[in-house]
Parts: sequence; structure tokens; C-alpha cells
Amino acid sequence: MRIVALGRSRAAASGFRQAVAYGSLALPVALILISLLLGLYEIRIETVVRALLSLVVPQAAEGISSTELTLTLRIRLPRVLAAALIGAALASTGAAFQGIFKNPLVDSNLLGVTSGAGFGAALALLLGGTALVVQGSAFAFGLLAVMIAYAGSRLYSSAPLIVLTLMGVLIGSFFTSLTALTKYVADPLNTLPAITFWLLGGLTGVTWNSLPLLAVITLGGSAFLWAIRWRLNILSLGDAEATALGMNPTRLKLLIILCATLMTAAAVAVGGAIGWIGLVVPHAARLLVGADHKTLLPMSLSLGASFLLVIDNISRTLLPAEVPLGILTGLVGVPILIVLLRRSQTVW
Amino acid sequence: MLEAENLYYAYTPDVPALRGISLTLRAGTILYLLGRNGCGKTTLMNCLSGVLKPKRGAVRLYGRDLHSYTPAERARQVGLIPQLHTPAFNYSVREIVLMGRAPHLGLFASPSRLDYEIADAALESVGLSSYRERPYTQLSGGERQLVLIARGLAQQCRILLMDEPDAHLDLNNQLRVMERVVRLAADGLSFIVTSHLPNNALAYAHEVLLMKRGAMLAYGTPADVLSENLLSAAYDLPIEVIREGERLRAILPRRAS
Repeated sequence: MRIVALGRSRAAASGFRQAVAYGSLALPVALILISLLLGLYEIRIETVVRALLSLVVPQAAEGISSTELTLTLRIRLPRVLAAALIGAALASTGAAFQGIFKNPLVDSNLLGVTSGAGFGAALALLLGGTALVVQGSAFAFGLLAVMIAYAGSRLYSSAPLIVLTLMGVLIGSFFTSLTALTKYVADPLNTLPAITFWLLGGLTGVTWNSLPLLAVITLGGSAFLWAIRWRLNILSLGDAEATALGMNPTRLKLLIILCATLMTAAAVAVGGAIGWIGLVVPHAARLLVGADHKTLLPMSLSLGASFLLVIDNISRTLLPAEVPLGILTGLVGVPILIVLLRRSQTVW
Repeated sequence: MLEAENLYYAYTPDVPALRGISLTLRAGTILYLLGRNGCGKTTLMNCLSGVLKPKRGAVRLYGRDLHSYTPAERARQVGLIPQLHTPAFNYSVREIVLMGRAPHLGLFASPSRLDYEIADAALESVGLSSYRERPYTQLSGGERQLVLIARGLAQQCRILLMDEPDAHLDLNNQLRVMERVVRLAADGLSFIVTSHLPNNALAYAHEVLLMKRGAMLAYGTPADVLSENLLSAAYDLPIEVIREGERLRAILPRRAS
């Protein structure tokens, strides 16, 4: 009798985790609203709500000054949405990569996508491209890096995933060297600072133009990862067991890598090389809802979006000059990771 | 139900790993594969589970070539219980068992309430109901082996291949796991078990396949196969079989002095 009761209360505990994971999806939505209020110019909440409503019902904007309207809809909204999308993309792909590579210490840059994107952006800045050209170049070179790594790994028939990882690390280093080369030849007065700032990550230059590609890829990719999230549990046991359980692990892993690479490339192209989110956020999520990817993936999505929103708000408002996001995520993320590693020895 | 006919396999062309293995597994049978390290036990298991495709010969499941089944179809009939392992992430016991439902679900599906009930029933039939929410990595070796058997049950397959279920287990846990296997076999499930402990074959096997360098040395009932001559030949070592009246009781290597 006692055992039955125990079983029930524990079953309730796993249902509770699921409720926490799905419920947490409301957090980034609330943070988006709050983020629109924050900034050097103070805007009241009803103004923000009415400005947002005016996107659907134009009459709602009546009586709002054009400065406030422009600030909310043209300047803050795209930036805030970009922060949420990029955070969600980096965290969920980090969780997926940790699952399929059976390693809690990797993120979606494992195969060199961020390094490739960094070189793409640096090259475009060196040649004096516009903001959109820089983004496009970063996106294209991010994909190119992973494609080269993949093509290289196809030369070997055995253990394709291990060779792919090795190739990814090598190609990543290669592109990092190329980036260093562009910095070396760049004009130290204007081009070099631009490259350096881009590599540190930031959302200052985000406009509505950057959003469609980022939104489509992030939402589409997240939907795919969401759909196969339970299969990540099985993939994380290794190929032999996944095969014995009736799956084709190699094909599914390649699809996940393709999806994560697109998402990361799109995120990095808009936000620059923002580190640590893909590594830290899945750990925090695991601490809250356990290792089961069924709840871990939704939790990573919402925590990733929320984390980058908070970081970007700090970067925008707390300090007199904007601090690049890559610096803040490291300064905030590393201590968090150290605390998590200490507290959560039982989670993995 | 599962038949292998004249299987040949080679990882490199000149070194055959399997040479002409044939066997027939009937419902409710426990078949032990015995032989020295590198004799081809694991290769044979991989051929029988469909992970490897034999170079010659055929594996048939219910009369149909095993490789004509889709991976999910195959996994609904044949399950694999790997050697003790530690996953990279700390799943609960219930989550591990639930993974057995994978071949019954579409790629984009998550387990439903019914799948949870099947997983819980599987856990109950190995006697670990109260372990549902325990972290799998904190279980003892014997308990983990039982959880993996429960996963095979949740998979609802008819044949379970067990890779050295007695490795790393103390005597008590070996008995606990194997008694459970015997009980499940009585319910009609079939098992193929590899082992380095011939005494366990003596205790639990209905049939034994003795292998040497990829070939079949003997295949039959334990009473026929587990003889001093055949075992000595298989392990390249003088081996003594201790009897208690008519019953075989223990298999021991004979020391030189």
C-alpha cells in the first residue's frame, strides 16, 4: 500500500516537471514585454501594449507620440525579438548537440559553424559590405564550414560521426586562423574595430530586415527539434542501442546536425559570436527538469530566450556604454556554469 | 521462430569471423553461446539482431529474411540487451524502460499514456515497480540489467539477445537476473545469451552453442554439449565437469599441478 502511494507521488513529480517545462514558455513572452519598457528613454507599459496592438489594429496607436512609436516598434521590438530568437536557437541546438554527441560539454559550434560565420563576417567587413551583406556572408560561411567538415568526413567509411567531429574542430580552427588573418590585414582605425566588435557579439544594429530569415529558420528548426525531442533520449545511448530499438541513428543525427547548423548560422549572422549560451543553458535546464529531452528541450528553448533577453537588457541599460554580448554571456555564464557543475553532480 | 543457416561473416576478407553457423531458436528457449574471447559470439549476436548482414547464409525470422524487415519491424520482434553501461545523462529508470516503445511509435511521436502504462507494467514484471523515478545511473549492476530486461519487455519483442548479462555481477545478482530470465522464458519469450561463465549455462540453458574460431564446435542440450572433451577443446584447457549423481553440477578448469 505504501509503495503504491509512493509510486503515485513520484509520478506526480514527473508530471510537475513537464508542467514546469511547458509553463516556462511563458517566461520569454513576459520578458519580451518587459524588455520593451527598458531603455534610456522611459516608455510606460500601456504605451508599449497599445503600440504593439497597433500592429494589428492601427487605431490603437492614437495619442502616442511618434517618437515613442518609432522607439518601441522600429528600434526596440526587432532587437528584443532577435535576442529571444537567438537565445532560443543557441540553447536548443546546444541541448540537441549534447544529446547526439553524448557529451554534456559541447554546443552547436562543435562542427565549426561559428568560426566559419566569424570569418564570413570579417571578410565582408574588410571588403566594406553593408550590414545585410555582412549577415549574408556570415550565414553562408557558417554553412560552408560545416559542409567542408561533412565532405571531409565522407572520405572515411567507418565511424562517420567521430571523424565528422574531428573534421569540425579542424575546419573551425582553420577558419579562426583565416579570421585572424583578415584582422591582421584590416585597417586598424576603422575596419579592425568593426571586426572585433562583430566577433564579440551584439544586437545594436538589428533592424526588421534581419528578422525574417532568423525567425523562419529558428521557428522551423525549433519545431523540428521539438518533434524529435524524445528520440534524443535514445540517440544519447549510442548507435548500437538506437539501432536495436529500431531507429536509423546516422540519418536522424545528420538531419539534426543540418537543422542545428542552419539555426546557429542564422543566429550568429545576426547576433555575432555569442558564446556560452549553448553550453550553460542546457545545464541549467537539466538541473530544473531533469535529463529527459522531452522536457529538457522546451526548457532550453525558454531559458535560452530569457537568458539572452536579460543579458541584452543589462548590456543596453545598466552600463553607460554598451558591453558586447559575448563578453557579458561569458562573465555571467561561466560563474553560473561553475555553480551548476558543483550543485548538479547527480544530473549527468 | 529465429533461424540462422550457414552464416559466414568476415570483417576483413581473409579473416573469417563466422564460419558456417546454423541454429534454430524455438519459443520459450534459453540458448547460451559459449566460447573464448574473439570466437565470434558478438559477431553472431550482431548478425542475429540485424546490425550486421552476413556475407553468406541467411537469418530468417518467422521464415522471412531478417533484412527484409524494416528496422522498426525487426525491433518489434528482436530486442538487444547490451552489456552494463552508463549513459551520458542521468535518465530515470522509467525513461530508460520507456525507450523500448521506440519501434512502436512514429518518428515525431512522443510516448502516450498507454506507452507509460506498458513501461510501468514491464518494470513491475521484473519486480522493480518502486524504482520508477530512481536515477538509472545510481542503480546497482544487477538492477540495471533488470531494467534493461524491462526495456526489452516494453519493446514487446519475442526474442531477447543478451550480451554477457552475468558480467560484472556478483553471484547474488547473477542469480537474481537469470532467475527472472528463466521465468520469462517459461512465459514463451526466447533468449540468446552470451557468457564467459559455463556454470551459468549449466544452470539456466535449454540449449548451448559452443563456438571456436568462428565455427560451431557443438550445438545441443547442456547435457550433451557441456562435456569435458568439448569444453576442453573450446577453451584450449583441460576442464573437469563435476557430477552429483547423474546431474552435472559444476565446470572447473583443471590446474596443472
